[in-house]
Amino acid sequence: MTMKRFALSLAAAAVLAPAAAAIAKEAHDVPPPHMHWHFSGMFGTYDKAALQRGYKVYREVCASCHSMKQMSFRNLEGLGYDESQIKAIAAEYTVEDGPNDEGDMFERPGRPSDRFPAPFANAKAAAFANNGAAPPDLSLIVKARHHGPDYVYGILTGYEEPPADAHLQPGQNWNKYMPGHVIAMAKPLSDGQVAYEDESPATVDQYARDVVQFLTWAGDPYMETRKRTGAKAIMFLLVFAGIMYAVKRKIWASVH
Amino acid sequence: MGSSERATFNNKVVSWIDERLPVFTLMQKEYGVFPTPRNFNYFWNFGAIAMFMLIAMIATGIFLAMNYTAHVDMAFDSVERIDRDVNWGWLLRDIHMNGASFFFIAVYIHIFRGLYYGSYKKPREILWILGVVIFLLMMATAFMGYVLPWGQMSYWGATVITNLFSAIPLVGDGIVKWLWGGFAVDNPTLNRFFALHYLLPFVIFAVVFLHVWALHVSGSNNPTGIEPKGKQDTLPFHPYYTMKDTFGLLVYLVIFCAFVFYAPDYLGHPDNYREANALVTPAHIVPEWYFLPFYAMLRAITFDVGIPGTDIVFISAKLGGVIAMFGSIALLFVLPWLDTHPIRSARYRPQFRLFLMIFLAAFVVLGYVGSQPADAALAGVPLQVIGLLGTAYYYAFFLVVLPWLNKTEKGKDVPKSIYDAVMAAEGKKK
Repeated sequence: MTMKRFALSLAAAAVLAPAAAAIAKEAHDVPPPHMHWHFSGMFGTYDKAALQRGYKVYREVCASCHSMKQMSFRNLEGLGYDESQIKAIAAEYTVEDGPNDEGDMFERPGRPSDRFPAPFANAKAAAFANNGAAPPDLSLIVKARHHGPDYVYGILTGYEEPPADAHLQPGQNWNKYMPGHVIAMAKPLSDGQVAYEDESPATVDQYARDVVQFLTWAGDPYMETRKRTGAKAIMFLLVFAGIMYAVKRKIWASVH
Repeated sequence: MGSSERATFNNKVVSWIDERLPVFTLMQKEYGVFPTPRNFNYFWNFGAIAMFMLIAMIATGIFLAMNYTAHVDMAFDSVERIDRDVNWGWLLRDIHMNGASFFFIAVYIHIFRGLYYGSYKKPREILWILGVVIFLLMMATAFMGYVLPWGQMSYWGATVITNLFSAIPLVGDGIVKWLWGGFAVDNPTLNRFFALHYLLPFVIFAVVFLHVWALHVSGSNNPTGIEPKGKQDTLPFHPYYTMKDTFGLLVYLVIFCAFVFYAPDYLGHPDNYREANALVTPAHIVPEWYFLPFYAMLRAITFDVGIPGTDIVFISAKLGGVIAMFGSIALLFVLPWLDTHPIRSARYRPQFRLFLMIFLAAFVVLGYVGSQPADAALAGVPLQVIGLLGTAYYYAFFLVVLPWLNKTEKGKDVPKSIYDAVMAAEGKKK
């Protein structure tokens, strides 16, 4: 075997091994539907209208149980809101601040620099209010799950009647895509629940798509910058590598 | 170093400095005119690539450390802050976390090149051993670095790996508590791992210096495994190999950037985006991909070693796994004395080459086994069995195959010189 053939087989093994590992990893669970997302691929970007709709779904539905502690109102700039809009959104919330000069905590309207307020005071309170299972923080939910956006979409749309042989405790629900199928969260979305300001259909499917895009953005707000920078960096490296290849060939020409 | 002959420089400033501190002479001698075999293939690029990755890791790591907080209550959020609020922090972190993987890829290829072409053989034993020391230090550094973001895999990986030491008879439990600085992986553990994660790369740098020093004493090996016999066999390092290394490095960086910018989390585990929680064990604890073959060897031993039919156990399954894992690295240290065959390069040792390729395959299979749950199966065969077979072959390759080949393998005719080999290859092309 020549080194070249060997190098090829090594490259093939390097490509196949993680793929095989990924396939086997999720073999026991129902794989979530494979969706096409606006942000997928090398040139994918965020659809700002979808992000704004998704934020509305989060605010009106998810936020009653799920915190997003990594997010501040100022980050909403990434959704295409301008400064005055962000100020207005933040001001809709009441935030505890302090202590003031007299040593007392006080409440004031939210500011763009404030974090999204959490629905519960702490994890214990969250668990107590939710049958013992604290709802996870959603700032990184898409990055923190295998199949990221597809999985979150699957959970939001995967509620089904439990099969006859399943024994669910009170407060438990059946979800096709949840590992083990038993999930504490009740079906969160239903048709017509959130009133959209644009023409988008007010359906569970559309809500799920929009909120997944919003959550993906929340976990990876610099994705567009990252891809743009990457294109420039790789372009530069390819040109530089081409030049160096020419230089190398010229220098080595006298030796060969 | 100072007593050797100095080079002459036209530039007066350079000359003035060189008379007092001959750094320019040193560079000229070791990197300018340094005689290097003329027949390197692209596998010889990976030393330079690994060196570049080490420097890139140190450079990005220093800036990350400026923004990181080593406290169990703040570590996870401080990493998120780097991603979100530090200027270009996401880029620093993406380079650093993927850089670890690409440092290991370069080093694995570099090590395999050494195996294939017999670079560990006389007179390069110490050069090789220093390389294994670097590999070990890299593993320790990478392991501790993975703990710092304080995600679920950080915490549980640290718990599993530090617990290995409890397998040592008598003193094991004491050692584990000493490593932790307490009774579990906790704030003291995170603090010391951060301190050591910052220290060890500089230790690696120092050992790399020794590694390169030893290299410049013996000179490089080459694809034929024959020592250069004269000027016709070598080329000055500059410009021939500086330019070739630069080209190779740039190609490598293109692949690296594809990951950094387009799939920054592909090589990581999603569970590490969940904050560490001592009360919730992940369904399936896996280390970073570059540890998987060794992790598989650790889990391969599931039986106690003792006197059959009695309760007497000499080596528990747990200790056996730990020995299997650390022993696999220990074997690398003594490799120069296990393979004493006079021919270096696998090019002229077809039997050695065959067994080495099986060794590579076994290593990759072990990596796959390590990535899977312990009770999984592949095509009906329990991975447990495959892992044990892979481990057995790993050991047999060093302890049975190599000594046996020393005695039996005749090998092919080796060319008289590097120059002859190069000319023969050129002739074939035309």
